[in-house]
Amino acid sequence: MAEAARIMNAPYECRDVQPRLLSRRHLLQSVAAGFGWMALGGLAASASAQSAGNTPVSAGQGGASGAPLGRRVPHFQPTARRVIFLCMQGGPSQLDLFDPKPRLQRDHGQPGGARGSGNKLVGSPFAFRQHGDSGLWMSELMPRLARHADRLCVVRSMHTDIPNHPQAFIQLHTGSARFVRPSMGAWVLYGLGTENENLPGFITLSPPRQFGAQNHGSAFLPAVYQGTPVGATREGNAATALGNVRNPLLNASQQARQLGLVQHMNREFLEATDGHPEVEGVIQSFELAFRMQAEVPGLLDLSSESTDTLARYGVGASGTDNFGRQCLLARRLAEAGVRFIELNHGGWDQHQNLEASLRRNSHAIDQPIAALLDDFASRGMLDETLVVWGGEFGRTPDSRRADGRDHNAKGFTFWMAGGGVAAGRTYGSTDELGFQAVENPVHVHDLHATMLHCLGLDHERLTYRYGGRDHRLTDVHGCVVRGILGKG
Amino acid sequence: MRSAWDIGLAIAVGLAVGQALGADPAPSPRGIAANTAAAAAPVRGPKANDPDARRFWSFVPPSVPAIPAVHDTAWPRGDIDRFLLSRLEAKGLRPVEDADPRALARRLAFDLTGLPPDPDELDAFVAGPTAVAWEAMVDRLLASRAFGERWGRHWLDVARYGESTGKERNYAFPEAWRYRDWVIEAVAADMPYDDFIRRQVAGDLLPVANEKERDANLVATGFLALGPKGLNERRREQFVMDVVDEQIDVTTRAVLGVSVACARCHDHKFDPISQRDYYAMAGIFRSTQTLYGTTDDRGNRQPSGFLGLGLGADREDLLPARAPALRPLANAAVRRAARRPNANGQGGMDPERALPPLPATNAPRAMGVREGIPHDSPFLVRGEVSQKSGRVPRGLVPVLDGSKPMELPAGSSGRLQLAEWLVRPENPLSARVAANRVWMHLMGRGIVATPDDFGFNGDRPTHPELLDYLALRLRQNGWSIKGLVREIVLSRSYALSSAMDPRAHELDPDNTLHGRFEPRRLDAEALRDAMLAVSGMLEVNPPKGSPISAMGDGPVRRPPAGEAMDGILRRRSVYLPVVRGFVPESLDLFDFAEPSLLVAERDTTNVPSQALYLLNNPQVIAWSRAFGRRLLADAGLDPRERVARAYRLALGRAPTSREMARALEFVRDERLDSTEASARSVKGVQRPGDRLRAGEAAWTAFTQALLASAEFRFLR
Repeated sequence: MAEAARIMNAPYECRDVQPRLLSRRHLLQSVAAGFGWMALGGLAASASAQSAGNTPVSAGQGGASGAPLGRRVPHFQPTARRVIFLCMQGGPSQLDLFDPKPRLQRDHGQPGGARGSGNKLVGSPFAFRQHGDSGLWMSELMPRLARHADRLCVVRSMHTDIPNHPQAFIQLHTGSARFVRPSMGAWVLYGLGTENENLPGFITLSPPRQFGAQNHGSAFLPAVYQGTPVGATREGNAATALGNVRNPLLNASQQARQLGLVQHMNREFLEATDGHPEVEGVIQSFELAFRMQAEVPGLLDLSSESTDTLARYGVGASGTDNFGRQCLLARRLAEAGVRFIELNHGGWDQHQNLEASLRRNSHAIDQPIAALLDDFASRGMLDETLVVWGGEFGRTPDSRRADGRDHNAKGFTFWMAGGGVAAGRTYGSTDELGFQAVENPVHVHDLHATMLHCLGLDHERLTYRYGGRDHRLTDVHGCVVRGILGKG
Repeated sequence: MRSAWDIGLAIAVGLAVGQALGADPAPSPRGIAANTAAAAAPVRGPKANDPDARRFWSFVPPSVPAIPAVHDTAWPRGDIDRFLLSRLEAKGLRPVEDADPRALARRLAFDLTGLPPDPDELDAFVAGPTAVAWEAMVDRLLASRAFGERWGRHWLDVARYGESTGKERNYAFPEAWRYRDWVIEAVAADMPYDDFIRRQVAGDLLPVANEKERDANLVATGFLALGPKGLNERRREQFVMDVVDEQIDVTTRAVLGVSVACARCHDHKFDPISQRDYYAMAGIFRSTQTLYGTTDDRGNRQPSGFLGLGLGADREDLLPARAPALRPLANAAVRRAARRPNANGQGGMDPERALPPLPATNAPRAMGVREGIPHDSPFLVRGEVSQKSGRVPRGLVPVLDGSKPMELPAGSSGRLQLAEWLVRPENPLSARVAANRVWMHLMGRGIVATPDDFGFNGDRPTHPELLDYLALRLRQNGWSIKGLVREIVLSRSYALSSAMDPRAHELDPDNTLHGRFEPRRLDAEALRDAMLAVSGMLEVNPPKGSPISAMGDGPVRRPPAGEAMDGILRRRSVYLPVVRGFVPESLDLFDFAEPSLLVAERDTTNVPSQALYLLNNPQVIAWSRAFGRRLLADAGLDPRERVARAYRLALGRAPTSREMARALEFVRDERLDSTEASARSVKGVQRPGDRLRAGEAAWTAFTQALLASAEFRFLR
């Protein structure tokens, strides 16, 4: 425990940041000038690395959507090609879901935590048992997910810096609570490009508004990498359309004629500018936009799914409808080639009313997530999809109330599945009451480093230069957690 | 050329960072390989106490350069041309021919005002493109208010202008617009740049002639107050140090192009700035009270008051059109904040307790700063407020201190001295940084390609002597930004065509030598303003205040919309509300500066969401419809004349015969004017019951195609 505390409280060591490679501007210009370099500075060194699948766009050729979103070669062989991040805003209680504490049950009602706090230990009101061949511990709250126990890697030793929702939420998404930094989806898209040039490469479903666009923003990365929000929590409906995909005046054939006129003009202007690459980019973006108009509305429309599928996801059922839609939409977006898909579910802040509220939340996500994992598995997509579940922190074993728990940044649980993580494994542990991570602590920076690793990206080499230095998702921190990774 | 220090360093790092050190930043295969190899070896700049640090190029004061000789003495119009031509000639290159007057006039109008040229003025110039006519056009555009709106916005990017706190809880800044308007006025009036900086850093401490000037100077200090703020922070001292950090960062990067804030937790990695330097400067801002408002409610742990205004100005000018009833909370909120114990239970963190009270009535008010109780900052080990180690006397960064170090008086914050120090002649950076930005906006790229980093890790100037020449010209001309703009646009180099010379392209693919004009896109505001202007919808008079003012000073959960935007939607884009996290779509999609960050140079992205916006957005279609109606309004015109008029308004030229034929075929096509299209009720385009008239749909689709075209969006 002392060791863990030492690790966690160790003043950070600033490793030297890398000197600059090439600014994006210079690169884009040299790309435009016909040099065949890999498209981005942080990846320039990896031209010989292996491809994730299809042939990547060669930057010299331009690519259908121009350089920024073209598919790029990762640093090394990846185990996942896309990410599904199931974000549980509020701080889900690991002690009632994935991290059973017999001593906490025994000492329920005893004084807990800091001396004089008046807090008492709160045993979990939920029964735990082991599941699957792996014997993974889970509570009764997510029975359908429990059937996938042998697919999960449960990390019980997560920790983060600040036990305060907004900061911790932003740190979970960007690595930094203090500065405006790109979100992890933006970094991933920057690193790998997109697989479907008819769609945005980073989509976030119903992001919580109160913490702002920063959580899916691109900050100093080019705007093309920012997440496209679809749906809003407030409306409780994930299937809202993207903006500007339908013309309010012209029908499709009329618009095709109009686009023909625009592109005629554009091609003549391209000649007039001696084939300027930015003009060429405009021409390509109009074509992609036109294609998106055809693909996006259908993709977001769940009515083409069978009633059986809708029922499996809990769409239309009380309690599960919203997250069921998100999960079903996520599967469709994943199939369509979207690189990073974030799903959002709020209300995991059980300072009180722990039993009823946690039961309700767990019900809302259990069936949809299980259906999503089922579909990925049956379609052979789980192996190439990194699924990550967790919130901005976890909860304390003690509280002033008997039916609640407070924020705990020092020890909480994430789980991952698919995409190269060890299946049916429990990694790390908290102390015997669950106050903090003691064995193999995994900081949010380490989580980020590991996620990038699964995608074939070295978090120390995925850099972007802004304000005088090279930045990373993990700043100067983070280690890939080998113990989370499977054999692949 | 390179200093001995530079060369010594280059040897030290094995010439690894070829791009950073070389005079020619064009990437080359060798350069990339070397850069990659260098990735493993850490590169460091001089340490703070290194006597060689002062010899780093940007820390050496600019010196009067010799005007270079050129072979083709007939080509240059002035010294700027001689600097550029001599470098081209050294490479065996020549500039391309001059731009055609139409392209040139369009370029100038957008560069100086962000608006398309007036068609009549354009035609007059094309009819007689003499030097006199060119100069007259330059002077007319420089004198316009539109120049202030365009170039003021350039500064607002650097000043990370936003109308809310951003961060986790997004509280409105209902008074931020005053600073925006002050910047626009100051730039339009060509306020000397040194004065412009002084007022923003220490306007509250400068002598004034009258109350109106006092108010304006207070508003100017909004620069220090409108940064993003984490109002959810529990610990007062942590919050204060975060505000101080943001102030150090924006001040040093905006004015000096170096980041002192990098030294918060440790000595600067690359530049000779120590952690002690940081805390010396931190003391200045700790001794300053920052006032930004925000409601004192449950989600806000760090509210503040406002500065009082309005004694000298007439109140009509100072109040926004629809101001809410201002609540008398400011002082109570500040007192409450002051009573809150800080994290360490120390009593000394809230010097404002002893300060004069703030206005607590509904008088006009402003964001800004005023003097606090002068005190030195503790040295924070690793930047942790819990790890104090002595105090650091307030002071200024020694490496930039020139020959005469400035004394900071014990009885004040030292902010007045900081403001003076930033722009005094001994300061080697401020004039260079300002001149480089002006150059970048007009010539497409900075002489230093990293306009907010003149430190070791930034790029070296491509034309160091020219940069010094421009910096000194700026200072000698009384820091007149307009004077510098004028000199640059009157150069022959500015007026080059965008024609491609294959040999030049091979030797200088990035056009760093400025042998041609590099075509570039209109930025977000210019594009939107141009669409408004050619459609005849633009309301050029500035609005009063901001729609944000009407939303009070609580959390912002959605952007102003509907009625709140009445009276704003037809104004120039610089007046659209900039709520952090809710930048208007018309700007956001086109690489508007992220308002939480200092942005010295915007990205230019090319994404399909921009095309979708131009194809489908109801506002764009409404503008197109107005543009179409403008063509149809004159019943005396035949379709041919209407097409010609559309081209002239949108693109500043006549259509070619091929274009004319295509356009006529397009507008006559009955498929585009089917009953269906003309009868459709279009939300946001039409009012209820307002149907498109016969022919209108086709003309709307045609004018929209012009607005969506690449040519409309590009300068060449």
